[in-house]
Amino acid sequence: MNLGKIIGTVWATRKVESLERKRMLFVQPMAFCGTDVGDPIVALDTVDSGVGDTIIYVSSTEATVPFKPLLIPTDATIVGVIDRVDHRDKSWTPERA
Amino acid sequence: MTLGKVIGTVWATRKDPQLIGMKLQLVQELDSDGKLKDRFVVAVDSVGAGVGETVLFAQGSSARQTDLTRDKPVDAVITAIVDKLDVIGDAD
Repeated sequence: MNLGKIIGTVWATRKVESLERKRMLFVQPMAFCGTDVGDPIVALDTVDSGVGDTIIYVSSTEATVPFKPLLIPTDATIVGVIDRVDHRDKSWTPERA
Repeated sequence: MTLGKVIGTVWATRKDPQLIGMKLQLVQELDSDGKLKDRFVVAVDSVGAGVGETVLFAQGSSARQTDLTRDKPVDAVITAIVDKLDVIGDAD
């Protein structure tokens, strides 16, 4: 699982039918010490997370697991909202944007 | 999923029979500012996206999770045509 911060929302009218009523959020991946890493991705939401939340997401095929047995073509899915991270170097609590 | 722009179409007559009937689009990845990145992928189009449109695509085995691409030899699929992207910190 990966850490990330929700930085935006993606809107699409024309999409695969199985993505209807799924929220698509723009996520900046982060390292567990709290710094941004790499380029943003688009992830589906399963936990009512929103812009400003720091979250954990699963990538690759595992991103489809929360939706089984439905066929959902996603390679990133948000599965938790972070309250606090206890890291070897520092413990931190995400601030809401 | 990744943001991209459809920049062309790939045509192939001789191909795996399971790919017959699929439209193969050439997609260039976009960054959050909408700028084109130097990364390209050929993706199966499942939504009727045309050249010039901004799309979302899924990669890897997740690309087989549509009715069109189920159990087919596909590792990238266009899943949505993007209308709008709201990013925090943007002026609009």
